[in-house]
Amino acid sequence: MNKQDNFRKQVKSIYSVLVVSFVMVVLIGILGITYMLDPSAFSFKGDTPNSEVIGTSTEDEDWDKIENGIHLRTGLKEGEGLMTVVNNCTNCHSAQLVIQNRMNEERWTETIRWMQKTQNLWDLGANEKVIINYLVTNYPPKSKGRREALTDVQWYPLNE
Amino acid sequence: MKRRNFVKKTSLGSLAGILGLDIVYGAKIPENYTLLGLQDPDPFQMFNKDKEMVVLNSKPWNMEAVAHLLDDRVTPNKYMFIRNNGLVPENINVQEWTITFDGESVMEAKTFTLEELKTKFPHHTYQLTVECGGNGRSEFDPPAKGNQWTIGAVGCANWTGVRLKDVLKEVGIKDNAVYIGYHAADQHLSRDPSKEPISRGVPIAKAMMDETLLAFKMNGEDIPLVHGYPLRLVCGGWPASTSGKWVNRISVRNIVHDGEKMTGTSYKVPCNPVAPGEKVKDEDMCIIESMPVKSLITYPKSGAMIPMGKKLNIRGHAWAGELEVSKVSYSIDFGATWSECSLEKPANRLAWQHFKASISFPKSGYYEVWARATDSRGVSQPMLLPGWNPKGYLNNACHRIAVKVS
Repeated sequence: MNKQDNFRKQVKSIYSVLVVSFVMVVLIGILGITYMLDPSAFSFKGDTPNSEVIGTSTEDEDWDKIENGIHLRTGLKEGEGLMTVVNNCTNCHSAQLVIQNRMNEERWTETIRWMQKTQNLWDLGANEKVIINYLVTNYPPKSKGRREALTDVQWYPLNE
Repeated sequence: MKRRNFVKKTSLGSLAGILGLDIVYGAKIPENYTLLGLQDPDPFQMFNKDKEMVVLNSKPWNMEAVAHLLDDRVTPNKYMFIRNNGLVPENINVQEWTITFDGESVMEAKTFTLEELKTKFPHHTYQLTVECGGNGRSEFDPPAKGNQWTIGAVGCANWTGVRLKDVLKEVGIKDNAVYIGYHAADQHLSRDPSKEPISRGVPIAKAMMDETLLAFKMNGEDIPLVHGYPLRLVCGGWPASTSGKWVNRISVRNIVHDGEKMTGTSYKVPCNPVAPGEKVKDEDMCIIESMPVKSLITYPKSGAMIPMGKKLNIRGHAWAGELEVSKVSYSIDFGATWSECSLEKPANRLAWQHFKASISFPKSGYYEVWARATDSRGVSQPMLLPGWNPKGYLNNACHRIAVKVS
């Protein structure tokens, strides 16, 4: 009696596993075919809760949009070598760290060496020249002297 | 990593492996991009910061205040600067948080749970000035590499915790102990688990001071995540990088701690003064200890216009690292003459001190009000930039605000 029950149970569980597997296979098939016919079908273009993900699609033409000489996604200046910089220099840190800094060729090179030595930056190969040239051209040092004048003061009447 | 996280978030997650969905999406996700769904796009909301705070860097997160935001006597979280070297830890389980004491100079390695730490040792609260060593870096010429802090990488909150010295005594340290070095749960920017973003520390003498805390509260509440929840060191008056966040291990060393950003040129200045731009060898650089004397005019906001004949009330804070501030003066004539401000005693050692003054202007026109603090050893803030150093630390030049009288 017990053995029979057990056997029945086993058959039942195998059966349900089979059913679930079959449903899964059909589902995967449908998804796979859908994907083959239209690879964008999974890009969440609709108003699904994951709709933020739209911004990650390379098909999005705004992804590398440049406006008024600024690469909108990173804030970097438009110029020769921009995309090389974007692709090599914004993986670990944001582009803001680049934009804030002003260095000459020697010091940008030193900075790259430091990142290679201590921060896991890869060998940049031929791109190094392109990157340094971009940085020196677009973010060169600016002389500030021993103390700068106050600038950009926003005047307002002080009422106490 | 990102790909994995992403897949986890999608409802199709369970199918990802079979269908290879993760690869499809992965290929579409540019390498440098953290998915919007996973990075809160609004740091002000995410960190509970005021909208007037300035983001210097979003990876790692670095954010500073502007002078007038720091007007409170005790800095609230919304105006407290953020300085991170790595990625803020995720999924902190406070129930399982432990801190281990090890290193060459402990009698025996010992681990405490957070709960043990809180119940075993007396609690102390101090108002402690915490300032980034690179605060003011943006003014150096030639410029120094790193986040270009202006004046707002400083704050003075109330910190509650246990004294590090009480815990060290319980652990038992050897006579040859020289330094403590912290280790923490934050992640290196490269996400390389073998790398620590930062692991600094202080000499034993500083570690044994009453005010050096293993803190679990900031301004009476759990420390906000970005400021080191659930446990951090607070070493008031020293570069904020010594106040490690998310601390889970403290090594008691028989040498000067050699963790990440203790060596090379990090948080070091030339032992002897150098000319601007001069090359300095690593061995000629010395570790920054106490921060220099400094002050900030937090009221009014720069750009005030007042009618002729009306007095201008100014106020702010002054601090001097390990020392006390003995005097704060102001000048409205670019340092030709100075007048003294009234100055309060600190709430406790290593807390900033409040100053104020009421200023009359002799005639209408453009003025700058400059403030200058002097420490208990008679050392004052320079009006020009202090000694140049390769990494742009310790700029304690006088703060000033613009005023128009008409």
